[in-house]
Amino acid sequence: MHDLTPITALGGSAARSDTIAGLTLTERPDVALASVAARLGQETATRAAVGTLIGTEAPGPGHLAGGEVRAFWIGPDQWMIEAPFATHENIATILRAVTGPAASVTEQTDAWTRFDLSGEDLVPVLELLSNLDHRRMASGHATRTTIHHLGCYLVRSAANTASIYGPRASAGSLHHAILGAMGAGL
Amino acid sequence: MKDTSAEGDVRQIEPASPGQPNRLPGGRLDRATTLPFTFDGKAYSGHPGDTLASALLANGVRLMGRSFKYHRPRGPLTAGSEEPNALVELRSGARREPNTRATTAELYHGLVATSQNRWPSLRFDAMAINDRLSPFLTAGFYYKTFMWPASFWEKLYEPIIRRAAGLGALSMKPDPDEYDKGFKHCDLLVIGSGPAGMMAALTAGRSGADVILADEDFEMGGRLLSETFSIADQSGADWAAQTVAELSSLPNVRLMPRTTIIGAFDHGIYGAVERLGDHLAQPAQGTPRQVLWRLTTKRTILAAGATERPIVFNNNDRPGIMGAAALRTYANRFAVTAAPRVAIFTCNDDGHRSAADLHAKGVKIAAVIDTRPDAPRATDYEVLAGAKVTDTRGRLGLTFAEIALADGAARTIEVGALGMAGGWNPNVHLTCHQRGRPVWDDAIAAFVPGGTLPPGMVVAGAAAGALSTHGALSQGAEAASAAVSELGNRTDPDNLPEAEDAPVAQTPFWYVTGADRAWLDQQNDVTVKDVKLSHREGFRAVEHLKRYTTLGMATDQGKTSNMAGLAIMAELAGKTIPGLGTTMFRPPYTPVPIATFAGRIKGRAFHPTRLTPSHYWAKEQGAVFVEVGNWLRAQWFPEPGETHWRQSVDREVAATRASVGICDCTTLGKIDVQGTDAAVFLNLIYANGFAKLPVGRVRYGLMLREDGIALDDGTAARLAEDHFIVTTTTANAGKVYQHMEFVRQCLVPDLDVQLISTTEAWAQYAVAGPNSRALLRKVVDPAFDISNEGFPFMACGEVTICGGLRARLFRISFSGELAYELAVPARYGDALMRRLMAAGQDFDVTPYGTEALGVMRIEKGHVAGNELNGTTTAANLGLGRMVSKKKDCIGSILSERDGLNAPDDLRLVGLKPVDPSAKITAGGHLMATDGPVDAAHDQGYVTSAAFSPTMGSMIGLAFLRRGADRLGERLRLVSPLTDLTVEVEICSAHFVDPEGVRLRA
Repeated sequence: MHDLTPITALGGSAARSDTIAGLTLTERPDVALASVAARLGQETATRAAVGTLIGTEAPGPGHLAGGEVRAFWIGPDQWMIEAPFATHENIATILRAVTGPAASVTEQTDAWTRFDLSGEDLVPVLELLSNLDHRRMASGHATRTTIHHLGCYLVRSAANTASIYGPRASAGSLHHAILGAMGAGL
Repeated sequence: MKDTSAEGDVRQIEPASPGQPNRLPGGRLDRATTLPFTFDGKAYSGHPGDTLASALLANGVRLMGRSFKYHRPRGPLTAGSEEPNALVELRSGARREPNTRATTAELYHGLVATSQNRWPSLRFDAMAINDRLSPFLTAGFYYKTFMWPASFWEKLYEPIIRRAAGLGALSMKPDPDEYDKGFKHCDLLVIGSGPAGMMAALTAGRSGADVILADEDFEMGGRLLSETFSIADQSGADWAAQTVAELSSLPNVRLMPRTTIIGAFDHGIYGAVERLGDHLAQPAQGTPRQVLWRLTTKRTILAAGATERPIVFNNNDRPGIMGAAALRTYANRFAVTAAPRVAIFTCNDDGHRSAADLHAKGVKIAAVIDTRPDAPRATDYEVLAGAKVTDTRGRLGLTFAEIALADGAARTIEVGALGMAGGWNPNVHLTCHQRGRPVWDDAIAAFVPGGTLPPGMVVAGAAAGALSTHGALSQGAEAASAAVSELGNRTDPDNLPEAEDAPVAQTPFWYVTGADRAWLDQQNDVTVKDVKLSHREGFRAVEHLKRYTTLGMATDQGKTSNMAGLAIMAELAGKTIPGLGTTMFRPPYTPVPIATFAGRIKGRAFHPTRLTPSHYWAKEQGAVFVEVGNWLRAQWFPEPGETHWRQSVDREVAATRASVGICDCTTLGKIDVQGTDAAVFLNLIYANGFAKLPVGRVRYGLMLREDGIALDDGTAARLAEDHFIVTTTTANAGKVYQHMEFVRQCLVPDLDVQLISTTEAWAQYAVAGPNSRALLRKVVDPAFDISNEGFPFMACGEVTICGGLRARLFRISFSGELAYELAVPARYGDALMRRLMAAGQDFDVTPYGTEALGVMRIEKGHVAGNELNGTTTAANLGLGRMVSKKKDCIGSILSERDGLNAPDDLRLVGLKPVDPSAKITAGGHLMATDGPVDAAHDQGYVTSAAFSPTMGSMIGLAFLRRGADRLGERLRLVSPLTDLTVEVEICSAHFVDPEGVRLRA
């Protein structure tokens, strides 16, 4: 077991959480992430492997599916797989064991930072951040969007929760932008 | 209301609010609440529901500003956002906002307003001398007057003119308020909440469509709030309130009052400015004062209404002379009259409606002056048919109007306000934002929306030329039914309420013959005389007229002035108004603070930053950071006693070359390339061959653009048969990834290759210097052989460090030393940097920044962004042989173009000064030691320069004609801009270890 101590994307030793006006924003370093992309001609096999990994059918464009291990669609025959970091730190190896040579698997855990925004009505906050039709984005939707000039993924896992994936190196800027929108009081 | 017949000529108006002599009964005010405010330091009071203009008028204040050029006294012309005159500075201190329209500023408790463009005071303005000098200040006077000497223009004339003419002043302090930007989507956007917009929103809302109703006013209802006629057996205002209540109850309808739609953009996108805090002394903490919304719509109904046009006559700009419908608005909605005695000057029936409404409120109508000989009669006041207003009097406000009667006789009447009813112009502005041109409608003598509207937009109500209430309601309902049925919703066709419906005809009457000192554009002080001058001097096209006279160029964009200007020019040019055409309307519809466009994107949040994994550690060390794109990179690490950056950088270079240094190179782009055809793909992307690169090896690669110019350089490491990691330069990471995706998806979709960026996933550190291996041995787990034999130059592999953490090790060198790059998952980057620094104490390990990195790569002769400057070929870079002709690659063929292969092409060389103390500057050009210094004799240019601690002098990299053949030659380095001339000697670009012994050690 190595002895290097990780820091979160915001530079802390523990996940940061902020509550403003009844809304909570929480840093989520406890998820591992990897991309799974079908190799040429292996689309069906990859889709099946993703289904096996998440315990349900692989999600289509704009969607999220699964439970503790879940997947969201990020491109044609391409998914991002999310799993608990504690059990899946070595996520690429774990996934590759299931996909075999049908897919290209790339560790993405620290390419991104995840922030969970939760509260009763997220739409007024999300409308200040991203140009998606947030009133129509139901639970189970996941898509790419731009927030504060940053390419992000917005994952609606529940009606009162939105997971925002942004580039890890810009975690501070993204966090600042989300907090600003939370405090706008709209 | 009092019986008017028994009163004398000047009736007293019962003040409905104490201290507000011109306050009338009724209106849409909350009289239970009194709001104190000040104007030019004097205290007044008004009520919620007032604008600043209505409250000032209620207090008997007509004079609110001075004009732009002649400093003429001015009061409000309108009661809305089209206002040209009543511009004030609102608020004080850092919140002071100039050029705010008093007619739209919502009154709040403690509002502070100040008049502008006057000195020393509004009532006595010394600059009013300009009005006496008007013969010299005609259109274009400064082009003619201040011609000589030319140098005086910028230093003398312009500052004087700017001070004398103009509007309000900025506070010059940072704006303390927040602004924001956001996005909303809807099926149907309805712009304007008058009868047409209200009916459209109601029709669509009841059908279940997703509707946004936006209006610039703080109360919804538009013109209905200003009128007295009824809809469905109740007052228009009551119907509006009832409809607003119903719309508010519908979850699918969003009401956006205080929201101006400022522009119609592509694909159904509209810009909207919502004023959340302008009616408050200051916005709540964190809440933006204004939000700029981007509205994405499927359909849009423009129900922007119409603007009443003034009539032009001599001295038509005195405070108290206003739009007749504005007087009606002030009376009916704001319960205010501009003066106790009012006359109306009209050319249509609408002027009589103003007279009747004012009379009903108890205002004395001195006369209705109707230009038409067949003017309708009135029983309560005198109507002068076939008469015209020829001139007015009153120093700081209207006192008398002079009238030419139908029989030619003159009459002077004493009035404090004069309403001008010149007819209505549909507000077509937003229909023109995508170059649509309005068309002329003879029935109402006005421009109406043309055939080419922004896609998805329909126009309803007065904006479309339907000037009756019934017409507005029915057009609004029809437009909404059509829009929602296209979107799959059904509407109830029989829900139209009853309203007045008389055919509206407008006979144009633009100006009174003989008028000269008669204002067209009150905001820019453009008179009839100026238009005549423009015509006489040949500026007759409508766009020339605008530029020469500045007609319609001010913050009101000519909403009240353009038509009369066109009419006069058309008459002079012997054309019709549609024959003359219109100028182009562009966004924004009304002025928008720059801060609103910026939103939160200001100061440190102007753009997102990217922090390296060692950022927090570097900050602790006192590193000096530099922005590289969005990245913040450590530039150098000052140590105690170092007072100049060169001391730090020289030390970092020397220490690295002597022992070992560490640099965070996470910012280099990392692209994960996988697939059975990954090697074939890279063989195509890179100019040099990659197909045969063995697993566990790295190769330097050069990418070309399609046109044969160098795109980027970097390395590709082969971790497995079907797995590579491509690195790019920091600056080109995004561009190269984009290029590779384009090639993959569009050029070779039949190859099995998958790409994804992993730049930020891995913290990567360069460990460079003769002791780098020794240092790495202290962190890399012993199971991995990193000896020179086991892990030679250009080796790569997956390893574990510090007892089991997965890592990647590459033996590559940018510095020219024995060097490695070690990568770990980014969350461990901070810990790894601390570990390497601790473990390296035995070797006096030094962190180094981008400056030392740059010095060492120049010493080694490695190219970077300065050399890959978008104009250079592989041959220019001295890498011509890398473009393999044994295979195809992107850019290979076009790199063989004649133009890129001349005998005297540029080649990369090194430079050193003949005098070691002399300076070499990047950007300098190379000339022969004797002879002229000019472009014709240019032999090349310097791309990179640095002081080399290793060489003990400055050195440089340069592109020189036939450079490869000229080693040892002496040239002159010149920089005429910095007045530099230095004799230099041409040498190899590889100053340090040209044989590459060190990096293979």
